[in-house]
Amino acid sequence: MTEPALKIEGLVKNFGSLVATDDLHLDIEAGEIHAVIGPNGAGKTTLIAQLSGELRPDQGRIQFAGRDITGLSMPARSALGLARSFQITSIFPDFSTLDNVALAVQAHAGHSFRFWQPAGKDQSLRRPALDILENIGLAARAAEPAANLSHGEQRQLEIAMALATEPSVLLLDEPMAGMGRDESGRMVELLRGLKGGHTIVLIEHDMDAVFALADRITVLVYGRAIATGTPEDIRANDEVRAAYLGTEAAIEVPHA
Amino acid sequence: MDRRQIWLSLATLALFAVVPPLTVIFDQPFYMDMVARIMVFAIAAVSLDLILGHGGMVSFGHAVYMGIGAYAVGILSYYGIDNGFLQIPLALAASALIGLIFGAMSLRTSGVYFIMITLAFAQMLYFLAISLEEFGGDDGMSSMRSEFAGLIDLNDAMHFYYLVFAVLAGVLFCLHRLVLSRFGMVIRASRTNERRMQAMGFPTYRYKLAAFTIAGTICGLAGALFANLNEFVSPDVMHWTHSGEIMIMVIMGGMGTLIGPVLGATAFLLLEEYLPQWMEMAMTDAGEHWAIIMGPILIAIVLFGRGGIHALLAASLGRNGNNGSKRDD
Amino acid sequence: MDPLLLLEQAFNGLQFGIMLFLIAAGLTLVFGIMDMVNLAHGSLVMIGAYLATTLIAWTGSFLGGLALAIPATFAVGALVEVVALRTLYRRNHLDQVLATFGLILFFNEIVRIVWGPVSLYSGLPDYLMGHVEIFPDAPYPVFRLVIIAVGLSVAAALYLIVAHTRLGMLIRAGASNNEMVGALGVNIKSLFTFVFALGAVFAGLAGMMLGPLTSVEPGMGEPLLILAFVVIIIGGIGSIRGAFIAAIVVGLVDTVGRVMLPVLLRAFVDDAAADTAGPALASMLIYILMAGILVVRPQGLFPARTG
Repeated sequence: MTEPALKIEGLVKNFGSLVATDDLHLDIEAGEIHAVIGPNGAGKTTLIAQLSGELRPDQGRIQFAGRDITGLSMPARSALGLARSFQITSIFPDFSTLDNVALAVQAHAGHSFRFWQPAGKDQSLRRPALDILENIGLAARAAEPAANLSHGEQRQLEIAMALATEPSVLLLDEPMAGMGRDESGRMVELLRGLKGGHTIVLIEHDMDAVFALADRITVLVYGRAIATGTPEDIRANDEVRAAYLGTEAAIEVPHA
Repeated sequence: MDRRQIWLSLATLALFAVVPPLTVIFDQPFYMDMVARIMVFAIAAVSLDLILGHGGMVSFGHAVYMGIGAYAVGILSYYGIDNGFLQIPLALAASALIGLIFGAMSLRTSGVYFIMITLAFAQMLYFLAISLEEFGGDDGMSSMRSEFAGLIDLNDAMHFYYLVFAVLAGVLFCLHRLVLSRFGMVIRASRTNERRMQAMGFPTYRYKLAAFTIAGTICGLAGALFANLNEFVSPDVMHWTHSGEIMIMVIMGGMGTLIGPVLGATAFLLLEEYLPQWMEMAMTDAGEHWAIIMGPILIAIVLFGRGGIHALLAASLGRNGNNGSKRDD
Repeated sequence: MDPLLLLEQAFNGLQFGIMLFLIAAGLTLVFGIMDMVNLAHGSLVMIGAYLATTLIAWTGSFLGGLALAIPATFAVGALVEVVALRTLYRRNHLDQVLATFGLILFFNEIVRIVWGPVSLYSGLPDYLMGHVEIFPDAPYPVFRLVIIAVGLSVAAALYLIVAHTRLGMLIRAGASNNEMVGALGVNIKSLFTFVFALGAVFAGLAGMMLGPLTSVEPGMGEPLLILAFVVIIIGGIGSIRGAFIAAIVVGLVDTVGRVMLPVLLRAFVDDAAADTAGPALASMLIYILMAGILVVRPQGLFPARTG
């Protein structure tokens, strides 16, 4: 058996009396799209924050390709190949779309103590950035200030910036947040295209998208993983129905 | 970089360049000193703009680096060392070192803490300077003008003026390059969203610290020139109100534009010079109370004057003003 | 070194610390609840001092003057909040710094116009002029003891208000979560005005008691304001308890340090060097203390805000 891309062991995080992550054990296999779902307040974003290094867990360990990264900072984890997108669009609105991606390329192109040559003319940053924009379908908007992009385009840019750091693992926090149906559809295609090349941890409320994309799904409730399995397993799991999916239409999740 | 910004910068520098011949033609030597003074403060304001406007670090103790530069010159002069080739590097090294130390401490915090801590550190050196009886304490001490092995004679007002001019132009050019460089991208993006920068893999602290140190060093250079301008050094340079004034220059001119703070320094110092005279004309003895107008002017600029003088001029040059962080590729 | 002298300095330090607490208390509440930097807080110290000096002279009674000056300072504080500061809460810190810097210029000039540029001296009534022996052979000025008593009373009252009243609950809630207070349906505008005016009274009170000790002059509050910043940095933003402890520590370290440090240094270096370095180091002592605490706890000793 190969090493899991991420191995989470006994992770605990409390905020005062609130337990956000409760003794969580989880293996994310290399190359899979692993969706983490759960009701609001289940601790999904807190989990991403701990995986990306923004929050320190109170207990437990996180291994990245066999290496313990629990004590590493965000930049250090990024350097190892862990990239994150944000639930709230976190692009640089003053910069052009291309600049945004070029900046992400720059993050992993050696140190940035280079004071003289204009970054805006540096082909070693611009060319890879433009390639990514082309792959993701934003090349036509490259020169546009990112602030002028539509919401859906900004979410795409968000993914482009995560990809530009050449990660092996992507942590995506609700990439479809606030998107219309068409835009979600495009995002699903985009993420499907990344499958295989990247391991993806996906947090998402859009169940259509989750069941269409995920190889495996983990259901978090109050910081606890109550189930992990294939979409079929999860759909059939009684505990999940009771705790999260409820009795509503969510059970009749369509096949994409 | 915005073309209008470059034209505005060149036009401003061109205006500064023709001041000395004009003062000679019209026999008004006073103005040459006044504009030299404006340019010294402009250097300080431009250096603050690097961290404040581009980096989003609200440092409220920037005048302290002017003080360090000034005291470096003053103290060497006190011990009879007037050689500018020694004084200037020492001023730069001292302000860089203090900038590094203060920055390393203050940048561990952010927001209101950062503002208060930079202010408190500046106040610390202010009180240190006051307690140094050897160097005049509260009263300060006189300082000889730096010697440059006969290459330039700072006692010649024209020489001094063009030295300051050259430094200002050089600083503007270098910072212009720096802001557009990889380093500059990191600094500017960290202002907008530091968390995102870290998630992308930038250890932002060290870049911000480097920018903080660079700004302090340049301001130290302004301080060394300031000591030469006044032939006098006192703790007053480091007084916290001076830090506030440098900040006002940046805002008045338009932060994040580099040339804006130069315009802001000009406007502020001209206002300081002429506002009392105008008030005196309107009402006898009103001039001494110029601050009662200056205070509300300042509040009005903060509340309504987005983008400062730079935005006004840029708008009159073409399309709407640009905050300088946008770039046309 | 004379232990009695040391004791006297400790009392002076305590009194200075209490004074700093009065200034820092209002400031830290405004920081904590409204997330607002107010440089003009020092001006309220000055305005309190001027109002008291004038009203004492007008009424001919020390206590009568203070009794009028306190509500007057409250009114000034409320006015400043309503007219100027309220518009600044939603602005960024930079705007707040600059606008309140503008306010300082304005206030100092108003004071210069109304009261003139020369320092005023406000006397003390006879019953506050004397000394008492706090220890045998250690006479100490009554007025300074009164300052300590007043400050401790204010601290106690504030503690009770913050810990045990509805207002206190709102203040605590506001310090950690602004929206929550709004969601409780509390009129947050008048709460802010009240808290600000209360802070103004404390600052004014410090100014009133400072008047007889030093002189009343334009800009007198500003050096104290920066020390109050140091107190807040050490104590943690928004924390009354932190402000109290930090204020006493800063007051003691500064006062005692100025006396002790040159003496201590003499044990290590020769007298001349100690006399030069002593005062220089002493003037930096509290800032070094601040830096030290910052290294260990960047959020201060008692951070009210977490996360």
